[in-house]
Amino acid sequence: MSSLYTEIIQDAYRRPAHRGTIDHPTHSHQDENPLCGDMLRVQLRVENERVVEAKFDGAGCAISQAAAELLLERIQDQPLSVIRRLDKDDVLEELGMPTISPARLKCALLSLGVLRGALRES
Amino acid sequence: MLPAHGANAAHVTVLQQYSGLAACMPIGDTRGKATRKKGPMSIQLHSPLLDVGALRRDFPILQRTMQGKPLVYLDNAATSQKPRAVLDALDTYYSHSNANVHRGVYELAEEATAAYEAARAKVAAFIGASTQETIFTKNASEAINLVAYAWGRRNVRAGDVVVLTHLEHHSNLVPWQILAAETGAELAFIGLRPDGSLDLGTLDRQLESGRVKLVASTYISNVLGTITPVAEIVHRAHHHGALVLIDAAQAVPHIPVDVRSLDMDFMAFTGHKMLGPMGVGVLYGRRSVLEEMPPFLGGGEMIRHVDYGGSTWNDLPWKFEAGTPSVGDVVGLGAAVDYLQAVGMDAIAEHDKALGRYAVERLQGIDGLHIFGPEERGAVVAFAIDGMHSHDVASLLDESGIAVRAGHHCAQPLHELLGVPATTRASFYLYNDETEVDQLVEGLGTAMRIFGV
Repeated sequence: MSSLYTEIIQDAYRRPAHRGTIDHPTHSHQDENPLCGDMLRVQLRVENERVVEAKFDGAGCAISQAAAELLLERIQDQPLSVIRRLDKDDVLEELGMPTISPARLKCALLSLGVLRGALRES
Repeated sequence: MLPAHGANAAHVTVLQQYSGLAACMPIGDTRGKATRKKGPMSIQLHSPLLDVGALRRDFPILQRTMQGKPLVYLDNAATSQKPRAVLDALDTYYSHSNANVHRGVYELAEEATAAYEAARAKVAAFIGASTQETIFTKNASEAINLVAYAWGRRNVRAGDVVVLTHLEHHSNLVPWQILAAETGAELAFIGLRPDGSLDLGTLDRQLESGRVKLVASTYISNVLGTITPVAEIVHRAHHHGALVLIDAAQAVPHIPVDVRSLDMDFMAFTGHKMLGPMGVGVLYGRRSVLEEMPPFLGGGEMIRHVDYGGSTWNDLPWKFEAGTPSVGDVVGLGAAVDYLQAVGMDAIAEHDKALGRYAVERLQGIDGLHIFGPEERGAVVAFAIDGMHSHDVASLLDESGIAVRAGHHCAQPLHELLGVPATTRASFYLYNDETEVDQLVEGLGTAMRIFGV
């Protein structure tokens, strides 16, 4: 078993519940991982300051895709005020890894950056 | 300090001329043609071109373990490891001979200057250039930028054309984009055939416009391993009055290169990919062209006379070497050249080529793995695996102690052309052997099992 590709990550990567698009998102943003050029898009439907639907799409490595899945699962039904306070440690906690190499940290945090962008752009 | 064991001359075959491209494999479509094979196959290197076991003992870093496993270093296109002889040369220089070069009249400064200029002579001889034409920069990128700024701003005007290839590393693309944006010149690209070789017919059409001032091409692609027909490019460009710059960062470390016989006008390469330290690159420039060029950077050493109103320039090559150079690194590069010559560039070229061929043959046996680039290639193999991102491939190989590169290898537009966001790249050098290729294949099998592909 790989130390990086844990069951949590493989599961989130292979069976994402939040992969897809939203027809009429209230928030949408996409950005690129500078390490590899991978694109990630996050779309949200927000009602009464609360996320009622969250989707991501784009191609990427297992780490970035699993992180996106786990992050969007975490923000589902959460108020924006809570989501705005999420940081790096929350993402790593979701991934189940307290540390990750600096190079792969960029992959892990791509979705958080895109999510923040989506919240800014609305 | 030379390695005690050069290549066994009896086993060194004459290097075949790297001209043109042989039969090629289609880019990105080997799907379904191969079945996964386990364990070593019958393909073997035909003869021990190099005594790799002995060479490896010269490289202290290769004794390291990574994650408890012996390091398998297959990222030589990014940088090479350094032999003890180079590390000793750095140590000796700083322990015994360090002083600033050229200006001092005391013995130590003269010693440092002599060491610096002796290294220049070695590097110049290595590529068939004169010392006046051999300029030290900090890397290959700076060497190309030197030409783009000093020659480009003097000679390229609005409406002129700089011709590149689709294979270029960002370092031989971005400086020309900057020049084009400033001058109003245009960039054009030599067509790429599906097999990753150049379509020189497109170069002819571009040259016939009469507007091409420079053709800037890689010698060996850092992604596809394509070996470009440099002599032919030069011949055609010169026929139409255009100059040629060759990015030889992946060539000079791996094959014998002679600037005179190839008749190129500029050639850029870097020391750290050819066993030398990081921090020193080289620009070769044809003397007559360099003499007409204004300086690149202003500062110490590049001047002949300075007053408050203006300055005159030093002779070649110092006109282009402003400020204190990285003397120790240059001395280290000189030691690297000694080492490479003692092993023998013909033998290294044969070894690297054979290893590249062996790697392609082994990797082709993996179902769902697609190799990019022509069959006739440098010691570089880039590939993609269905259902796996290259970063995941590289991370899992890392867990087996295998160092490869993943991503776009500073050639993002080329990857867009290939239709993949990223590739995994294994690249070889004189201290790699087929056992390491076998370990790569084994590591890929493990990675693919973990991902269930």
